[in-house]
Amino acid sequence: MVIGKPHIEEKFRSILEKVSDPEIPVLTVLDLGVVREVIATGKKVDIKITPTYSGCPAMDTIAADIAMAFEAAGYTTNIELILAPAWTTDWISSEGRSKLEAYGVAAPLSESQDKRALLDGERVLKCTLCGSTNTKMISQFGSTACKALFQCQDCLEPFDYFKCLK
Amino acid sequence: MDVSLYKYLLMLGDNSMILGHRLSELCGHGPNLETDIALTNISLDLFGQVRSLFQYAAKVKGGSATEDTIAFSRTEREILNVILVEQPNEDFAHVVGRQYLYDIYHFLLLEALVGSKDETIAAIANKSLKEVKYHKRFSGEWLKRLAGGTDESQQRMQAAIDHMYPFLDELFHVTEVEEEMRAQGVGADLSVIKAECYAIIDDHFRIAGLQVPEHPPRVSKGKYGIHTEKMGFILSELQFMQRSYPNMQW
Repeated sequence: MVIGKPHIEEKFRSILEKVSDPEIPVLTVLDLGVVREVIATGKKVDIKITPTYSGCPAMDTIAADIAMAFEAAGYTTNIELILAPAWTTDWISSEGRSKLEAYGVAAPLSESQDKRALLDGERVLKCTLCGSTNTKMISQFGSTACKALFQCQDCLEPFDYFKCLK
Repeated sequence: MDVSLYKYLLMLGDNSMILGHRLSELCGHGPNLETDIALTNISLDLFGQVRSLFQYAAKVKGGSATEDTIAFSRTEREILNVILVEQPNEDFAHVVGRQYLYDIYHFLLLEALVGSKDETIAAIANKSLKEVKYHKRFSGEWLKRLAGGTDESQQRMQAAIDHMYPFLDELFHVTEVEEEMRAQGVGADLSVIKAECYAIIDDHFRIAGLQVPEHPPRVSKGKYGIHTEKMGFILSELQFMQRSYPNMQW
């Protein structure tokens, strides 16, 4: 198995594209990379999903939403939550990253840049509103477990940053 | 069932469950909005990790056990957390001090458990490790900030670590279960973690300008289910719903 590449039967992608993350509704579960495997045997579909953070309260809703979408398309589902390999922000699709930015959430930086932004207070993160890098971290923990809170020092916009998780 | 594995999973989970509960008490009471959110985020991570551990423990135990029966139906003597995590919040310095000590231990423990021969424990550890990295950043930074702040914050930070530090030792007391798990390649070698943990913490204290407390380690038996008087209050809140309305579901 190639780590990082999910095994999803092509015909199911259109169903999964309709299921969005309840906390970041612009992202589909495919953009987020939490669906790891979808394999059908007749009308029965086995699905493996993985949590972003262990305590992510959206996981139960995501599983229920996926089950509903498949049922609406005439399938029954068996959804399993798997922990390995552990989810990483690298699995967010490039389309997902653009959607995040357009939504006002800064997409994860590389691991080393993330460290500089969160620990050393270096101004490497771009404001999602005006594009200035004159931004400041307000808190390492933001509105959900996966985000930190930043503020732009030029346009004063406060915004979320999706933390790098490796 | 494999009793030792079951107990080992409880030991791993109970520390995070009780600390997660202590942090949840701060919801809406943090010193400022950002810190309030950070502390409850950490609490949420810990509870998430506990759920994974207890789901596995329920499988090991078999029968009608679930993550919920394990969390909410055990009595005080059956809960195996160390005394450090029972310590009350008192003030923000105590919260930071308790958190910092646990975070460093927790991080090193998880690093070791990533190599566990038990695949499920290794997977949970690998997942949790990424989250705990953020926890120790948060508590380590605040410890330095309070120690280097005003006279008042410095005194409070020193008082907090004077209180918490002697409880650290219990984490490294090796019970029979932990020894058995280590020998099987499932559990961590606490003696290795101990040396590293004290080195990191003592060094961080010195950098922060805090005195390394000289109080001898406290003798405590939390790992055997013998707790302080604080535990009853914690459980009466944590288990209230299931005790009042047995088997209720959300």
